[in-house]
Amino acid sequence: MQLSRDELKRAYKRMFTIRAFEERVEKEFAAGNIPGFAHVYLGQEASGVGVCHDLTDEDLIGSTHRGHGHCIAKGCDVKGMMLEIMGKAGGLCGGKGGSMHIADLSKGMLGANAIVGGAPPIAVGAALTQKYKKTGRVSVAFSGDGASNQGTVFEAMNMAVVLKVPAIFVFENNGYGEHTAASYSVGGGSIADRARSFGMPAEVVDGVDFFAVHEAMGRALEHCRAGTGPYALEIRCYRFLGHFVGDPQAYRTADELKDARSHDPLPLFRKKVTEAKLLEASELDAIEKEILAEVEDAAQTAIAAPPPDIKSLEKDVYVRY
Amino acid sequence: MAKKSYRTAINDALRGEMRRNPDIIVLGEDVAGGQGATGDVGVVGSVFGVLGGLYKEFGPTRVIDTPISESAIVGAAAGAALTGLRPVAEIMFVDFVGVCFDQIYNQAAKFRYMFGGKAKTPMIIRATIGAGFRAGAQHSQSMHPLFTMVPGLKVVMPSNAYDAKGLMIEALRGDDPVIYLEAKTLYDTEVEVPDEAYRVPFGEARVAREGKDITLVAFGPMVPRALAVAETLAKDGISAEVVDPRTTSPLDEDTILESVEKTGRLVLVDESPPRCSLASDVAAIVADKGFKFLKAPIKSVTCPHTPVPFAPVLEDEYMPNPRRIEAAVRAVMKFD
Repeated sequence: MQLSRDELKRAYKRMFTIRAFEERVEKEFAAGNIPGFAHVYLGQEASGVGVCHDLTDEDLIGSTHRGHGHCIAKGCDVKGMMLEIMGKAGGLCGGKGGSMHIADLSKGMLGANAIVGGAPPIAVGAALTQKYKKTGRVSVAFSGDGASNQGTVFEAMNMAVVLKVPAIFVFENNGYGEHTAASYSVGGGSIADRARSFGMPAEVVDGVDFFAVHEAMGRALEHCRAGTGPYALEIRCYRFLGHFVGDPQAYRTADELKDARSHDPLPLFRKKVTEAKLLEASELDAIEKEILAEVEDAAQTAIAAPPPDIKSLEKDVYVRY
Repeated sequence: MAKKSYRTAINDALRGEMRRNPDIIVLGEDVAGGQGATGDVGVVGSVFGVLGGLYKEFGPTRVIDTPISESAIVGAAAGAALTGLRPVAEIMFVDFVGVCFDQIYNQAAKFRYMFGGKAKTPMIIRATIGAGFRAGAQHSQSMHPLFTMVPGLKVVMPSNAYDAKGLMIEALRGDDPVIYLEAKTLYDTEVEVPDEAYRVPFGEARVAREGKDITLVAFGPMVPRALAVAETLAKDGISAEVVDPRTTSPLDEDTILESVEKTGRLVLVDESPPRCSLASDVAAIVADKGFKFLKAPIKSVTCPHTPVPFAPVLEDEYMPNPRRIEAAVRAVMKFD
């Protein structure tokens, strides 16, 4: 499907927002403005944006510990995210969640998740809601190659097939679960084959190429909306940084790290759309300029923002108690 | 005697015992690190560096990196323990036991009893506990009360490097499943630790500071906090005794009761939500067995009944902090 110029601009805008946001997170983490840990999505932008491009706010996603990119791809407000990551008042979760728990239900974003393999069973439940309420919408479970080894993920895949729910299992295989290579930890080597063995169609997708991801996701959506059950995508991508910001990564050679950076989804997108004369380089430059200003504003606002009110500590444990 | 960190003390204990007993193996996520990668293997040594150098010395047959599969990690440790090995399984953050609790409490903890005393399950589950790392609601819990209530498990909460080493050696030489809870905030704290092996027996509390006016019983990472408050209170003429139970199962009730008999007052400091906590457990024991010693009601300083919040200002208030501990002590001291 040929995307319109506006849609291409939207895709680039989202990908570049993730890039600029995560590079800023890296910088602010180093400056001591971000408490705790930060797992950034640098290098995987085409995956999240390609998957979420055709989703509406009523389509639902569950995410991972490396969730900032999914949030942005699903339309979460970057200022609200930056406030949350810095633990400030006005953050998307009031400073209660932090980097690994950003959620915005109004955008269909059911939360980043700090438990590996935590999201897929939840996404099956969200898909059950979609089916039960006949919304025609889907539920997407993002997980990594690491989570593909969790029992919770196997159970979720099997149940999605049994219940024929519109769930899309997106496995972002960036080659590493924490500090261990997928080539070591994923028995049999193919996550897509695992999904197929549960009885759902699965594809291996080039996660560097936005268009490849977007097209594969189109097939997944078509399958799910036909009411025939779940679909899986194993999206092969590259993790530019370590497991978390500051990971020294002695387990990866300098050559490998350099090679990872050569598989960059942003220049690839730029090359494809400018060579095909779909967008002008100057239009992309303008998007970058606009986004950098937006991220700058988000960061400055978050740094200057006050912490949450101490009285909020015991609020929102229950609806009513 | 050299000072060593809590981290090094645990490493010392494991290394020494692995040299001594070839049946001890270590397994978990990134206990070596770098398997299958392009660079060096063994450079992680578990995410907080506790197992540094073990892969280099003992290799992949004894320092086993696993997939991210907590149920299989703990279940495999239980099965290996039941059949003759001594596995030390790592659950990186104790919060992750949510993924594998069945293998802990329905399996490992119950083999011996269910099988009529014929089985033994000499395994250790190491896990990191505690808030204060700004790691959010799923990487900051303690959960020691949950393990303490399970018959068949022993639960260890070292508060300092000396105990960390001695309790680990005791665990490795025992024959029961042990939950060994490492306080993230204590890894860099140092005390004098002997180079040679020694055992710190389970169920024997340490009186970390002697006092005569009030007893503070604190668990794991709360012990240094209780000691710091005791120091402050001493300047105002309040003499606080600090008791560190060291293991919550078995629990040394005698030392706690003896201390309360001497002071007549008790404050419990437990990094845990208040309900069904170690604080409420020990308070009940003292009310039951030491009522006649008490000159004032028992007070507990715990976390609120909430998940762990992320924002630093909220997390600092969530944890039992010196201000709240001191206020509890002063309230008990004022009671007539």
